[in-house]
Amino acid sequence: MKSAHVKKVSVWARLRDQERWLAWALIAPALIVVFALILGPIVRAFWMSLHIIDLKRPDVGMPFVGLANYVDILQQKDFWASVGRTFYFMVVSIFLETVFGVAVAQLLNTEFKGRSLVRTLILVPWALPITIDAIMWKWIFNPTYGAFNSLLYQLGLISGYRTWLSTPWSAINVVIFADMWKVTPLVILLTLATLQTIPHELYEAAMMDGASRWRSFWSVTFPLLIPTLVIVLLVRTMDAFKVFDIIYIMTSGGPADGTKVIAYYTYIDAFSYLRLGHGAALAYLMTVFIGLMAFIYIVVMKNREVEY
Amino acid sequence: MRRRSVLQSILIYAAAGLVVAAVLAPPFWLVISSLSDQSELLSVPVHWIPQHPTLERYIAILTATGSDTAAVFRQSMWNSILIATCVTLICVGLGSLAAYSFARMQFAGQEPFLYIMLFSYMLPPIMILVPLYTIMRDLKLMDTRQGLILVYSALIMPFAVWIMRGYFQSIPHDLEDAARIDGCSRVSALVRVVMPLSAPGLVATALFCFLASWEEFLLALIFTSSPAAKTIPVAIAEFTGRHAIDFGMMATGGVIAAVPPILVALVFQRYLISGLTSGAVKG
Repeated sequence: MKSAHVKKVSVWARLRDQERWLAWALIAPALIVVFALILGPIVRAFWMSLHIIDLKRPDVGMPFVGLANYVDILQQKDFWASVGRTFYFMVVSIFLETVFGVAVAQLLNTEFKGRSLVRTLILVPWALPITIDAIMWKWIFNPTYGAFNSLLYQLGLISGYRTWLSTPWSAINVVIFADMWKVTPLVILLTLATLQTIPHELYEAAMMDGASRWRSFWSVTFPLLIPTLVIVLLVRTMDAFKVFDIIYIMTSGGPADGTKVIAYYTYIDAFSYLRLGHGAALAYLMTVFIGLMAFIYIVVMKNREVEY
Repeated sequence: MRRRSVLQSILIYAAAGLVVAAVLAPPFWLVISSLSDQSELLSVPVHWIPQHPTLERYIAILTATGSDTAAVFRQSMWNSILIATCVTLICVGLGSLAAYSFARMQFAGQEPFLYIMLFSYMLPPIMILVPLYTIMRDLKLMDTRQGLILVYSALIMPFAVWIMRGYFQSIPHDLEDAARIDGCSRVSALVRVVMPLSAPGLVATALFCFLASWEEFLLALIFTSSPAAKTIPVAIAEFTGRHAIDFGMMATGGVIAAVPPILVALVFQRYLISGLTSGAVKG
């Protein structure tokens, strides 16, 4: 054992110099791609955000305006309204996804016939591309030909067809629903993986102490789920903050801007009004928020790694 | 284990049934819609079971020519396959080299670079969209498949590196050391020992890369416009576009575009679930 160890060390020592450049050579290709196409543009976006770049008015040139773009954005009511909508989307969707995710994971953690089949089928919404998820629900919620109206009507739950995507309030909730349908499986799978690591003995002990199922969920299961739920919360916060595809397809930000979330607002600003400088500033404001979340996430992941 | 009462069993099966229905009914309805003929598709109230099922839209997509929407859709399907395959190869190829270096070798600045990579994966794509737009325009890469392959590779690479690094770390050092002592170089130890041992991880990573580029919408929307480069999500979005909405084609296109990722997910579920629960990054 000991001689093998010594031998190993001498091998490492001999190769240490070669190692250093090899380590860099292996990383270089990936790093170049990421730096050239992601980190480079991020720096450039900052430069752009300090200038007026208006493709519709090329005569103006590209004057440096300092923080004027940022000031302008922060003063706009529309901007704050879209921030509000984004937070509404974020809070409601994450809350529902977590509640349903944990509930279904609990169900799948109990033994019953066909359990593995159910677990497999859960992957269907997760694998379905988001754009297809969006057209599917748009079709189901279609005011005239949609299955949802027809179902409710035939069951006698509504007396006439509703236009689900035509009022701001119901539109954003329908979009949240479509998002929830696709994302909950991820929460289920992550939660289930953690539930399966909780030893039976803990529940048996709780039962001996006379705890009800409800009580043993809150005092045994839930505390052990917290690390997983923190990860879910962070990942989902970042994703929900970026929500775009589903909005673009289902509502195009309407009706009456009712679903115009921050990513959609930025998209319109940069690519419909072609105010690239302004759009870059908006994107930067978004990034401050995401960056904060990403930082917390990385710290959490780092600590979790240490545990293993 | 406490024995379950009959009532408890009923409740469990009822809940499981409800979950299955919630998961399967909407996509199933999309399939039914794609098979309904035009008059049934637009019947009020809905015909739940089509009386005259037809495959004509599927046939149209397979056979149409020229600038027909169906033909454009077929072309964009091909674009998507090509782009997703190239992106997967690039990300797994270059990504595994970098991941190995991060997992096994030590050098100055290692940790910051790793976290810079991870951070860049989490940024909203809209952040880099504006500057990338000007770069792509200058490089004449707008509306080309190559352009999209390049951008997707950069976006997905950090994720591939992150996940594969985890897999490589889980391979015991001893096996690799044994190979090294037998005279293998670092690189051949990577190729002959570490890579084969982490095959499940490589498969999972490849699948994630494929699914991510298959699904991506925003960048494709901005960077492609003609049938020569347009991908499936963009083509699908156009079915529901401002012009005429063709619900039947929309449903048919949706079903066709959903088949590859769903098949992949069901066939490789074991790899995907272990990848998901260890990586926990993809939304």
